[in-house]
Amino acid sequence: MSALEVRELSKAYGGVQAVRGVSFAVDAGEVVALIGPNGAGKTTCFNMLNGQLRPDSGEIALAGRSVVGLRPHQVWRLGVGRTFQLTATFSSMTVRENVQVALLSHHRRLFSFGKPAARFQVDEADALLARVGIQEQAARPCAVLAYGDLKRVELAVALANRPRLLLMDEPTAGMAPGERQALMQLAAALAGSERIAVLFTEHDMDVVFNFASRIIVLHGGEVIATGAPDEVRANPRVREVYLGNA
Amino acid sequence: MSGSAILLQFLNGLAGASSLFLVAAGLSLIFGVSRIVNFAHGSLYMLGMYLAVSLSGSLGFWASVPLAAILVAGVGALIETGVLRRIYKAPELLQLLATFALVLIIRDAALWTWGAQDRLGPRAPGLAGAVAIAGRQFPQYDLLLICLGPAVFIALHLLLSRTRWGTRVRAASQDREMAAALGVNERRLFTAVFALGALLAGFGGAAAIPREPASLEIDLAVMSDAFVVVVVGGLGSIPGAFLAALLIGEVKAFCIGLGYSELTLAIEFIVMAAVLVLRPWGLLGRPLVETRGPGTSQPPLPAPSFLLLGGLAALLAIVPVFAGPYTIVLLTDILVFALFAASLHFLMGPGGMPSFGHAAYFGLGAYAAGLLVLRAHLPMELALALAPFAAALGALVFGWFCVQLSGVYLAMLTLAFAQIAWSVAFQWDRLTGGSNGLIGVWPAPWLSSKQAYYYLTLVLCLGAVALLWRLIVSPFGYALRAGRDSPLRAEAIGIDVRAQQWAAFGVAGLFAGVGGALYAFSKGSISPEALSVPRSVDGLVMVLLGGVQTLSGPLWGAALFTWLEDSLSRGVEYWRAAIGAVILVLVIAFPRGISK
Amino acid sequence: MNYKILISCLFISVNSNAFGQGQSIKIGELNSYKVFPAFLEPYKKGWQLALEEVNRTGGVLGRQLEVVSRDDSGTPGDAVRVAEELISREQVMVLMGTFASNVGLAVANLAQQRKVVFMAAEPLTDKIVWENGNRYTFRLRPSTYMQVAMLVPEAARLKKKRWAIVVPNYEYGQSAAASFKKLLTGAQPGVEFVAEQAPPLGKIDAGALVQALLEARPDAIFSALFAVDLQKFVREGNTRGLFKNAAVVNLLGGEPEYLDPLKDETPEGWWVTGYPWGEINTPEHSKFRDAYQKRWKDYPRLGSVVGYSALYAVANGIRKAGSLDADKLIAALEGLQMETPFGAILWRPIDHQSTMGAYVGQLAKRGGRGVMVNWHYADGAKVQPSDQEVRALRKE
Repeated sequence: MSALEVRELSKAYGGVQAVRGVSFAVDAGEVVALIGPNGAGKTTCFNMLNGQLRPDSGEIALAGRSVVGLRPHQVWRLGVGRTFQLTATFSSMTVRENVQVALLSHHRRLFSFGKPAARFQVDEADALLARVGIQEQAARPCAVLAYGDLKRVELAVALANRPRLLLMDEPTAGMAPGERQALMQLAAALAGSERIAVLFTEHDMDVVFNFASRIIVLHGGEVIATGAPDEVRANPRVREVYLGNA
Repeated sequence: MSGSAILLQFLNGLAGASSLFLVAAGLSLIFGVSRIVNFAHGSLYMLGMYLAVSLSGSLGFWASVPLAAILVAGVGALIETGVLRRIYKAPELLQLLATFALVLIIRDAALWTWGAQDRLGPRAPGLAGAVAIAGRQFPQYDLLLICLGPAVFIALHLLLSRTRWGTRVRAASQDREMAAALGVNERRLFTAVFALGALLAGFGGAAAIPREPASLEIDLAVMSDAFVVVVVGGLGSIPGAFLAALLIGEVKAFCIGLGYSELTLAIEFIVMAAVLVLRPWGLLGRPLVETRGPGTSQPPLPAPSFLLLGGLAALLAIVPVFAGPYTIVLLTDILVFALFAASLHFLMGPGGMPSFGHAAYFGLGAYAAGLLVLRAHLPMELALALAPFAAALGALVFGWFCVQLSGVYLAMLTLAFAQIAWSVAFQWDRLTGGSNGLIGVWPAPWLSSKQAYYYLTLVLCLGAVALLWRLIVSPFGYALRAGRDSPLRAEAIGIDVRAQQWAAFGVAGLFAGVGGALYAFSKGSISPEALSVPRSVDGLVMVLLGGVQTLSGPLWGAALFTWLEDSLSRGVEYWRAAIGAVILVLVIAFPRGISK
Repeated sequence: MNYKILISCLFISVNSNAFGQGQSIKIGELNSYKVFPAFLEPYKKGWQLALEEVNRTGGVLGRQLEVVSRDDSGTPGDAVRVAEELISREQVMVLMGTFASNVGLAVANLAQQRKVVFMAAEPLTDKIVWENGNRYTFRLRPSTYMQVAMLVPEAARLKKKRWAIVVPNYEYGQSAAASFKKLLTGAQPGVEFVAEQAPPLGKIDAGALVQALLEARPDAIFSALFAVDLQKFVREGNTRGLFKNAAVVNLLGGEPEYLDPLKDETPEGWWVTGYPWGEINTPEHSKFRDAYQKRWKDYPRLGSVVGYSALYAVANGIRKAGSLDADKLIAALEGLQMETPFGAILWRPIDHQSTMGAYVGQLAKRGGRGVMVNWHYADGAKVQPSDQEVRALRKE
C-alpha cells in the first residue's frame, strides 16, 4: 500500500480546469518531485492533498484511507506535514514557540488551560530545531528571521507530528544555492531514515534532479509524464512543453 | 394589502433605498481603498443636512444641496490630510478610534453652531406636492429620490470604470501595494477618495432635508444604517451596496406596510445576520485581499506581568483607607469596565477577532443577574455566580456563526447579534422590563456598603483579568494566537482554528458576563443600554486606546476613558468634543496605544 | 501634549471639588443635557431663574441654595454613578432632574437605596410613582397616563369610530397606547382600533408609515410621536393627504419644543397637550414669563416651566420641613401646596405625584408658525385613577 495514492483528481475554478484526472502514488521513503510550469496545477494539487481545497472528483488515500472531504487539521492528524510556498509561521511567537504549538497539537493539548505553553516540551522542540539546524535561533521571534531560516522553521514544525507524508511546496524558494542543497539533503535523509514519503514542488531543476527519486510532470492540470529523472529528462513531450525547445 | 397598496409601499421602499445607497456608496468607496472603517460617515451626512438647511435659507433649496455636498467634501479632505494620513501605518482598527473621536467632535461642533433645536428644512421648490399614483398621493420629491440613487450609481460606475482615475481607485482597492508599485500616488488618491466619499455623504444628507429634519442624533443612526448596507452588499462593492440598499429599503417598507413596525427596530440587523450566515462576504463581495505591510505581521506578545497586576491590586486595596466614597464608586465602575475591556481584548488581541458587539455579553450577564434575583428570587451571591454562564452561553450561540467569518464581516455579525439581543431586551416587556429595564437589583446586605462592594469587585475583576492573562499564555491561548497569526499554518498543524475561536468566544463572553453582573448590582438596575451599540463602542475605544497589542493596555484604556468621561462631563460644557480631542491627540501621539 | 490635557482635566475635577464649601444648601441636579438638548436647555434656564429668585429673596432657612448640576450622559448606569457622586462627594441633600424614563427609574431606585429625596422633574413614565414608586421619589410633570386622560374627553367628543394608533416604540409610547385604548373604550363604547404602528423612536420611516395608516382608512388617529418623528410624520401626512379625512389627537404635540420646528407645516385642528406660552395671561404665568424673557432674552418652553417649578418644589419643601432631614422633607412635600406658573399644585401624599396639569387645545397656524387655540388648562388633580387603583399599583 502506498503512503499516498491519488486517483483521477480534478478541480475547476469557475470555467478553468486547474487539475484534470491526475493520478499518482508516493511510497514510504520515496522522494518525489511534482513539477510543471507556472499554472500547471501544482499548488492546487497540494492544496487538495492536505484538505485546503475539496476536489471536484477523484480520490486521495493516505495509507489506504480516504481523506477527501477532511479539513486540513484533520488531514494533519493522519500524518501529513506541510510547508508552504510563501512561508507561514506564527510571527508573534519565537522560533521555539512555533514548534511548541505544533507539539501541543500533536499531544492534543490545544484546549489545555493549564501550564504555560512556553514551558511545554522544550526539549522535544529544541531537538526538532537541532535537526533542521537552527537550534541557536530558538529564542528569536519568527518575525525577524531570514527567509531561509523560516523555511527551516516550517520544516521543523511539519516534522512535529512525525508525519508519514511530507508535502513541501517550493521548499527552497528564496534560499541561497548552498542552503538549498543542505535543506533537501536533510529532507532526503529524513525520508530514508524515518520512512517518510516526501512530495515536493520545485522550480530549481538542479534540486529536482539531484534529490527526486521520481518526477511527476504536470501541464495544463494533467500529468504528462512520470518516471525516474533520466526518463523524464528524455521525454520529448516534457522537453516540448516544459523545457521549451531546448 | 391591496395591489395599489403594495405598489405604493414598493415605491416607498425604493425612495428609502435611494437615500440608503447615497450614504453607503461613499462609505464603501472609502473602505474599499483605504480599509478605513469610517465611524464619522454619519457625522458627515449630518453636516450635509445642517449645511443644506442653513444655506437653503438664503440660496434656496436647489443651490444649497450641491454646495453643502462640496463643503462636506472639503471637511472630508481636511479630515484625511489632518488626521487619518498620520495613522495609516498604525495597527488595524486604530483609524476607527480616530473616526470615533471625530464623531464626538463633529456632534458638539454642530450643537455649538446650530443649537439644540431640530431644524426642519424646506420642501423642494417645484416638487413640494404629490402626484396621484394608483389613487393615492405620492410625494413628487420621492420620485426624484427614486431616480437619484440609480443616477449616482451609474455616475460612480462610469467614473470607476471609464476614467484613468477610476482605474487607479480600483487598482488600489484590490491591492494597495501593487498599486503603489505601479506608480499610483497613494497619498493624493486616498485624499481624493475620502473627499469623494464625504461628498456622497454630504449629498445624501442635503438631499434628505425635504423628508427629514436635521438633528444631532442622526449621525449614529445613519452610520449604522450605512454600515449594514455596505456589509450586506459586500465590502467595497458599489453594486453590492446598491442591491443591499434595495433589499433593506423594501424589507423595511413592507414591515411597516404589513403592520409590523415594531420589527423595524432591528430588521436591518436581522437581514444582515441572515445574509452573512448564508454569504460570508455579503451579497456581491469577494474575500478580502490580505493587506501586506506593517499591519499584518504581529509583534511578539509581551509576557503578562502578574507582578504588575498584584501591585495594582495591593494599591487598589488600600485606596478606601484614604479616598472618599465617590472615588470608590468611580473605581468600581473602572474595574468593571477594565474587565469588560480585557475580555474584549481577549477576542481582539490573541483571538484576532474584532467584536463590535461585545456589549451583548456584558448585557446578558447583567440581565441574567437581574432576572435571577428579581424573577427567580435567587440570593444575590448565587445570581452573581450563575449570570456569567448565561453570557457565555449567549457568546457560544452567537460565536458559532461569527467564527465562520473573519475581519470586518465577523465584526459586523457580532454587531448584528448584539443589536438583535438589544432589541429583544428592549421589546420583551414582561421578562426584561422593556425599555425601562429591571429595577431593584441590589447586592446582598453584607455587600451593600460601597466599600464591601468595591472589594468584591476588586477581587473578582482583577482575579478574572489574571485568569484571562493566564489563559493567553496557556496552550489554549497559544493555539488561538496561532490561528490569528496564520490560519493556514495553524490548520496545517492540526489546529481547528474555528473551534479554537469558538471557545474563545465562550471565554470572552463568560468574563464580560462577570463584568455585566457586577455592573448590574452596583447600579441597582439594568436597562437595554447595557447591551447597546454605544456600550460596545466604549469597549472598543478602551481597548484601542490602551493598545490592542499589549496585555495591560485595555485596563489603562478603560481607566483613562471612564475617568475622562467622569471628570470632563462634570466640568466642561462641550465634554464630548473634549473627549474626542483627547482621544485624537492620544491616537496621533501613541498610535500603538498609551501603554506602549 | 496629552499630559497637559490630563493635567487640565485634573484641575477641572479639583476645581469642581473646591466649589460649594460654605453654608449653602446643596441640590444635586442631573440630566441628559447632551442627549436631549432641545428640551433640556430651556429646562436648565428655568431652574437657574428659580435659583436666582430664591437666593435673591434670602434663600431657604436663612441659607443660600446651590445647585450642583451634572450631565448624566443619558444612560441609567452613568446616571447612577453621577448621582452617587452628588450624594457622596458633593453631599447634596436632594436629587433633582432626569429626562428619559429609564434613567429616571434608575435614579429613583438609587434614591430609595441611599435614602435621599429625588425630585423627578421630567420623566413621564407612570411607573415612577406607581409600580416602581417609592417613598423618596416625587414627580412633577403630569404622567403619560394623566396626559392621555386629559385628551380622551376631546377624543370622545370627536365621535369617530375607526381609530388608528401610532406611538414610538418604547415604554412611553406603549403605555400611552394602552391607556388611550382603555380610557377611550370606557368613554365611547364600540370604538374600533383599526391600525397600530410602533416605529422606533427617532427613526420612523414616515412615508411607509403614513401609507400604512392610509390603507387602514381610519377616521381618527391617536399619536404620541414627538420631536424629529413628529416633524417627519406631519410633513409626510400633509403631502399624502392623511389628515384630510382623519382627525388627529397628538400627545405633547403642543409643547413649543416640538411645535415650533413645524412652522408652516403645522397641521390645523389637531388636539394636543402642550403649552401656549404666549397666551396664558394669569398673573402667576405672566410674572414667570416676564421674568424669564428678561433674564434669558428668549421665550419660555415647557422645559423652562418644569425646571423652574421643580426647583421651587424643592425650595418650598425644605422651607416647610424646616430641616434637611430626608424624612422631614418627605413629610413636608407630601400634601405640600405651592404656586407654579401653571397655578396652584398639590403634591399627592398617596403617590408623590404633583397635580400640575397641562394645556389641552388645538393646533393652528398663525403667521407661518404653530400655535394652540381653543385651549384650556387640564388640572392634573382631575385625571387621576382612583386611590384604590393607585394603592394596588404601588402594592401598598
